[in-house]
Amino acid sequence: MSEVIIPKDELASFVGRLLESYEVFAPVARGGMYLFERISAADEADLSYKNTRLSPKGAFLPQSERMFEFTVAPGKEESGILKEAPKEFRERVLLGLRPCDAQAFKLVDVNFITKEYTDPWWARRREKAILVGLGCNEPRSTCFCTSTGGGPFSEKGLDVLLYDLGESFLARAVTEKGEQIVSFCSGKAPGESLKSKARELEAAARAKIRKSLPVDKLKEKDLLELFNGKFWEKIEFACINCGTCTFVCPTCWCFDIQDEVYKNDGDRLRNWDSCMFPIFTLHGSGHNPRAQKVQRVRQRFMHKLKYYVDKYGNGVACVGCGRCVVSCPVNIDIRRVMEVMTAEVCEREE
Amino acid sequence: MKEYIPKIREIARKLLEEEKVDAVLGFRKGTIPMMNEPFMARSASDVDLLYWDSNCGINLANYLHKRKEKIAVVAKGCDTRNIVNHIVENQVKRDQLYIIGIPCRGMIDRRQILAMFEGREIEEVDEDAENVIIKGDGLSETIPRVEVLQENCSICIHHNPVIYDEMVDEPVEEPDHVDRYDDIKAIEEMDPEERYQYFRDIFSPCIRCYACRNSCPLCYCPTCFVDESRPQWVGKSIDITDVMTFHFLRAFHCAGRCTDCGSCERACPVGIPMRLLTKKLEKDIRELYGYEAGMSLDERPPLDTYRPDDPEFFIK
Repeated sequence: MSEVIIPKDELASFVGRLLESYEVFAPVARGGMYLFERISAADEADLSYKNTRLSPKGAFLPQSERMFEFTVAPGKEESGILKEAPKEFRERVLLGLRPCDAQAFKLVDVNFITKEYTDPWWARRREKAILVGLGCNEPRSTCFCTSTGGGPFSEKGLDVLLYDLGESFLARAVTEKGEQIVSFCSGKAPGESLKSKARELEAAARAKIRKSLPVDKLKEKDLLELFNGKFWEKIEFACINCGTCTFVCPTCWCFDIQDEVYKNDGDRLRNWDSCMFPIFTLHGSGHNPRAQKVQRVRQRFMHKLKYYVDKYGNGVACVGCGRCVVSCPVNIDIRRVMEVMTAEVCEREE
Repeated sequence: MKEYIPKIREIARKLLEEEKVDAVLGFRKGTIPMMNEPFMARSASDVDLLYWDSNCGINLANYLHKRKEKIAVVAKGCDTRNIVNHIVENQVKRDQLYIIGIPCRGMIDRRQILAMFEGREIEEVDEDAENVIIKGDGLSETIPRVEVLQENCSICIHHNPVIYDEMVDEPVEEPDHVDRYDDIKAIEEMDPEERYQYFRDIFSPCIRCYACRNSCPLCYCPTCFVDESRPQWVGKSIDITDVMTFHFLRAFHCAGRCTDCGSCERACPVGIPMRLLTKKLEKDIRELYGYEAGMSLDERPPLDTYRPDDPEFFIK
């Protein structure tokens, strides 16, 4: 696959060319944080960022999206019929996303593209997207991607991987789609010295991720033993049951469907939902199978670290981005939870 | 404030060993810089995990309501005011509590420090009486703590506990002249259009995670109005009208109750200054009723009392 060098002073013109053909999503500085947003000008993209506060999942699964529109006006022919609301499906480039987030998209595919069902909007957007990743020269102290099957320069799920070499970027196409993007760069192929610099950066970044987590032990653990673990009470104590961890998470895919109606006309919306909220599992009957906070906290960690592991056999439903670690208001740290879950002796409920 | 730790542990150990309480509510040291985790020590063997520094901004009164045990709680000034609220609002009983009072020197604004060093990895944040010391990859900075306090702490006039059973140290000096409402006065001066746009901009990053509500000791309703489904009062999307409805209504529910502890802003993952709303209501309550929330066990909050000299003419 091709490799080219993009000098940093030519980045803007490269992004400009992308903008002519694609919708471009990129990290954008927004009042003390970075968010992944659709940009309209090349200089909005800021690739000097560490990571975005929220994951880029909103590019494929917006926090709120109009799925259908309808009318219930009496006497109208289309009354009571759901019509698909117009949506944007242009080809899009996600520029400069972190390798962990690309891996997360592959993971979420497991939920939205199955043998039986395909979520048409997720699938179409995914199909039309080109993911241009940016390797992490300086992983954060909360990063643990090397424990979850990724790495600071992992190519998993990416079409192009960028190396920040200081004065320039090295762009490596990973897929055919990626070749298409690389062809937008007018730069030269990298010489041996830049190639070896890229390799050095990669090795140095890996070495910076000090935390190694016992992820492999999770599949060996007995499901019920974990479920009945007494340790959940300690883990859940501080939890305030907000939705922060789930909303910042690149692999949390749960949503809620709502009808919003004004007079005779309405929209059917899909909104992100959170298993931390009591109403998430509230039945129409009034019964709530996860009425207690401890049940909800256990659910979130068991889903990511045990149910998913057992069901799909491809590791944990976590890519080690560390966003929940950074943003949890009360410092509930998934790394610590993983350690407790994999401890030799599980404290059990008496 | 780390010098309080030995005393906190000493008091906690004694209380647990003598079985005067079932548990001690405090903080344990966090896994990342500038974060600590609310923690319940249930036996003497847990006591050495109890920790205290200027990163204990989450209000522990939030963990007290409807508890049955006898609990000792490590409480700074604002926490004790919310404990008073809780007692007045019948969420917890005074005789259930043993309040370990912290003379507070203010909490560090984590968000501000992260923004100051954006792009550089902070690995350790230490403190002494005057300074905050920030260390990381090629980073070693000393900043006077007064410059990096949470905004609510920098205008705080009740650093010392208003109610306690035992103090960990001598009270700190309270400031003389603090204008708590500079920013609120500026907003009051805006015309309605401008003000609407101002708040619209402030609340537009909201992701409806409810961290502000859930970290708030006042928000203990069994079901919040935004979670009611029959009928559903508020839309669930991130449409700005629904977002603002949530924030405005929540603020009104806190009128005459909010102690400006700042837990909401500390908890917010996207940095929304929602205290602008609760502070305006605090100012109104002070001006209309001469009342400050959480200062006395013997006074009913103004919004659940009737007085013939009530300034609202319609009530007479």
